[in-house]
Amino acid sequence: MNTLIFRTVAPYLSALMMLFSVFVLLRGHNEPGGGFIGGLIAVSAFAIYGIACGVSAVRRAMKFHPMSIAASGLLLAVVSVLPSLFFSQPAMTSQWLALPFLGTVIDLSTPLFFDIGVYLVVVGAISSIALSLEERAD
Amino acid sequence: MPLFGVEATFWALLGPFVAAALSPFLAKTLKHNAAWLLAVIPALAFLQFLSIVPGIAEGQTFKASLEWVPTFNVNFSIYLDGLSVLFALLISGIGTLITLYAGGYLKGHENLGQFLSYLFLFMGAMLGVVVADNVITLFVYWELTSITSFLLIGFDHLRRASRRSAVQALVVTGGGGLALMAGLILAGYQGGSFELSELLNSGDVLRESPYYTAIFILVVLGAFTKSAQFPFHFWLPNAMEAPTPVSAYLHSATMVKAGVYLLMRMHPVLGDTELWMTVLPIFGGITLLVGTILGIRQTDLKLVLAYTTVASLGLLVMLTGTSDPVAIQGAVIYLFAHSLFKGSLFMVVGTVDHESGTRDLNRVGGLFSLMPITGTAAVLSALSMAGLPPLVGFVAKEVLYDGTWHAVNGGLWTGFAVLGNAMMFALAATVAIKPFFGAKVKTPKVAHEGTVLLVAGSITLAVLGLAAGAFIASVGHQLLSPMTSAILGTPFDEELHLFPTYLSPALYLSLATIALGIIIFMYMDKLRVIVADALRTIGWGPDKGFDQVLEVIIRFATALTQTVQTGSMVTYMRATFTVIALVLFVPMILTGNWPKLQGIGSFYAYEWFIAAIAVIGVYAVLTARYRVTAIVLLGIQGFAVALIYLLFGAPDLAFTQFMVETLSVVILALVMTRLNLKPTDARSSRGKVFDISLSVLCGAGISMLLMSIIQLPFDPTLSEFFTQYSRTIAHGRNIVNVILVDFRGFDTIGEISVVMVTGLAVLALIRVRPKSNGNSNSEKNR
Amino acid sequence: METLFSVLVGILFAGSIYLLLSRKLVRILLGIAILGNAVNLLIFTAGRLTRDVPPIIPLKSYLPVEATANPLPQALVLTAIVISFSFLAFFLVLGYRAYQELGTDDLLDMRVAEPKEHSEPPLGY
Repeated sequence: MNTLIFRTVAPYLSALMMLFSVFVLLRGHNEPGGGFIGGLIAVSAFAIYGIACGVSAVRRAMKFHPMSIAASGLLLAVVSVLPSLFFSQPAMTSQWLALPFLGTVIDLSTPLFFDIGVYLVVVGAISSIALSLEERAD
Repeated sequence: MPLFGVEATFWALLGPFVAAALSPFLAKTLKHNAAWLLAVIPALAFLQFLSIVPGIAEGQTFKASLEWVPTFNVNFSIYLDGLSVLFALLISGIGTLITLYAGGYLKGHENLGQFLSYLFLFMGAMLGVVVADNVITLFVYWELTSITSFLLIGFDHLRRASRRSAVQALVVTGGGGLALMAGLILAGYQGGSFELSELLNSGDVLRESPYYTAIFILVVLGAFTKSAQFPFHFWLPNAMEAPTPVSAYLHSATMVKAGVYLLMRMHPVLGDTELWMTVLPIFGGITLLVGTILGIRQTDLKLVLAYTTVASLGLLVMLTGTSDPVAIQGAVIYLFAHSLFKGSLFMVVGTVDHESGTRDLNRVGGLFSLMPITGTAAVLSALSMAGLPPLVGFVAKEVLYDGTWHAVNGGLWTGFAVLGNAMMFALAATVAIKPFFGAKVKTPKVAHEGTVLLVAGSITLAVLGLAAGAFIASVGHQLLSPMTSAILGTPFDEELHLFPTYLSPALYLSLATIALGIIIFMYMDKLRVIVADALRTIGWGPDKGFDQVLEVIIRFATALTQTVQTGSMVTYMRATFTVIALVLFVPMILTGNWPKLQGIGSFYAYEWFIAAIAVIGVYAVLTARYRVTAIVLLGIQGFAVALIYLLFGAPDLAFTQFMVETLSVVILALVMTRLNLKPTDARSSRGKVFDISLSVLCGAGISMLLMSIIQLPFDPTLSEFFTQYSRTIAHGRNIVNVILVDFRGFDTIGEISVVMVTGLAVLALIRVRPKSNGNSNSEKNR
Repeated sequence: METLFSVLVGILFAGSIYLLLSRKLVRILLGIAILGNAVNLLIFTAGRLTRDVPPIIPLKSYLPVEATANPLPQALVLTAIVISFSFLAFFLVLGYRAYQELGTDDLLDMRVAEPKEHSEPPLGY
């Protein structure tokens, strides 16, 4: 399995999958996709990279400890509950902000940040599980 | 008028809890001197209650209330009348002195902060018990006193005796507390209010209620266990395992009187019936005699006091049980006097123990010249305990004799009282004379007077006993008569005199008591041997019985557990799924509501194909010979399910399922390839047949359940709501995603938290590994 | 249409329960994996099936123009898939560690919590 071709292709494949996972995450509100799926795609990307280049390479690539990523995701999700409180609305009421950007309009919203939080939790927690299991295999 | 208003009482109630939070920190920095600072808090509470006294003496009562759980009629409400205020004064006043005493007694102890913290927690709980108006609030505080008492008795938890006594006290008082809760709730429903202040007016309703006997038994159980009445008296002497400040405070002056408080509080509601006037005096009288007789047996000064406390509590219950106004006035004075002299005597014994190194009657003597202040306190308090003039204890005895003499069945109760008091007289003499007078005995430590912290409490209480005797008329008017009125439910104010104004029967009874007491004192040593021999012959007591009951319960529980929980996981699983199969089939069999067999509808060929793949996948996993094969085959049914999602309008699910199946196979393969496992199924063929039938039965049951569900009309309300508002309100076109991150976002937070926790758990399982044979070590260290 | 799926769900359940009743850790883990799918499919089917049309509102519209699949069970199942996966991973590691510590994968030999020989009840204080 650990062939030269696989090892050469794996980083590019992983990078593409990461990109795809972010794409799936961001379009999730309107098209099929979302934080859960995006997160799982990203985990698969890390898994492939890990099988090809080893766990330590993945850990380096991730920069942070996977559980820290998961924890910050949970924090982000919880924080995105709060903004509505400033407008005297029940917690979690979604807030929308349309930003014009290079001729198009980008919708920023609290559900988007919530979904990013979900994405981070899934990425962090599941890649942590996968990595620690792979580590034992080394 | 109250100093800061009635509402300030809430602050007085909160104060001890604040002190409890502060104690560990103050004790760390200030050591034993923290006691000076901390004693300010109960002192302030004392002043607050004192400021209420003039109003109470004029016949007023005060109420205040905060809402707690209004739906269940539970309020944080307080009610201040003569009864609660005198108790609150004793708790906060003696509490102040005990705080100081504890600082001196545990000077240099490493856990002083913790000790003071428990003590303040208890103080707060006890104040709550006596001022609570709502019965639920009362119960919560009541249990809190049991728990803090447990913590304080078990303070020296390294000793087995301490642990045993603590558990015993908790089981007895906590068990009684449960009975009390049932009784109070029953009383609340019968009387139509959960506020004591309102319940007090519905005495006639309750006395005629068909539940009166039940309420009476339950409440009395609560009171008897707490106040150590025979046959529950055994926990109190055992509680002397606690450090002496605890014995002085909880187990003589305050907590054990909570039961008496409760009986007095409920007297207008439950009292004055035949049941009340039979049960209470009999049990109280027996407790009085048992306590004093067992007290004679003891040589440990602290245990002598403990048994006389049991006796005094019996006396109080007996007097309350007569329902006679004068006898109850006697109980009130006696309760007041007892708190002063017994608190003081406990502190004296603690000081003697602390300074001389022993509290055994036969190893101390002639200490008066070495410890003059402590000695004076001992003598004054013992005089009060013996019921001699001019101490307040004398007045108490006069009034209570007067009461019992005229009460219903008065002769019997008077007999109990005279006998008990005579023995109490002898024991008081023992406690005061033995250690302080007579020939000097060499003690383990060279005795000298205790520090200010140690002697302040005992001498203050002793002098108060003297002062209360001297000013008995005004003390009676301001403090005691209002309490009697509260207990009786009708105004009562008779002037009290230190010395009898005429030759009443009470005076003759008093003289008889003293004479009898002197005789008993003279033959004390002989009596002690006789009682000891008698007890040895009996050889069994409730104390031993407690252990036996506990052993029976534990053995029964163990036997039952071992029968039900065989330890075989296979049996558990079979039992679980058998129950599931029963749950699925029994209702269908009983109601005859079998799902109707319908045509399976039209399917495309590829749909049949996918369903077939899923079935084949499951079958292949079941029959796989090698685990790697099984794991790869597991993927097959997973992907088939994903295809089903895709075909039936759920692309999100399909993608997620694809990813998850892939990752599952990867991690299963990662782990399983490293386990050296035999893939064979180790079941016997009979077991296999059973398991196959069971699983087929469950599967069929679930199939039929699902068919029945589908044959019910579909309720699309929720789905339509989400569909309708997904774009219009939540600005999202993917309805599934909008539900997840917007409509039901809180659920999603819960779910990602679960994912997070499993991540942490896996990390912990992999990272944390015990060192070699760590298992057996941790087993031993337990 | 749902009847076929009811039968399929029943078969998945039966298979997973047979595996769960086994004595071997590996088979139990496989059973848990299948059980997750079975439950998800149960919820999905109970919410009624609609072919092909995902619950997504077209770009130009504020409401779906044709009858879509029921979004509610999909939302429930989506999170359930992820959670059952993370639990599968947890059980896997738990079983793996148990195997390492106890040296067996046979449930009948895993008796640390409930030892075979009956011990005296704890009567002390």
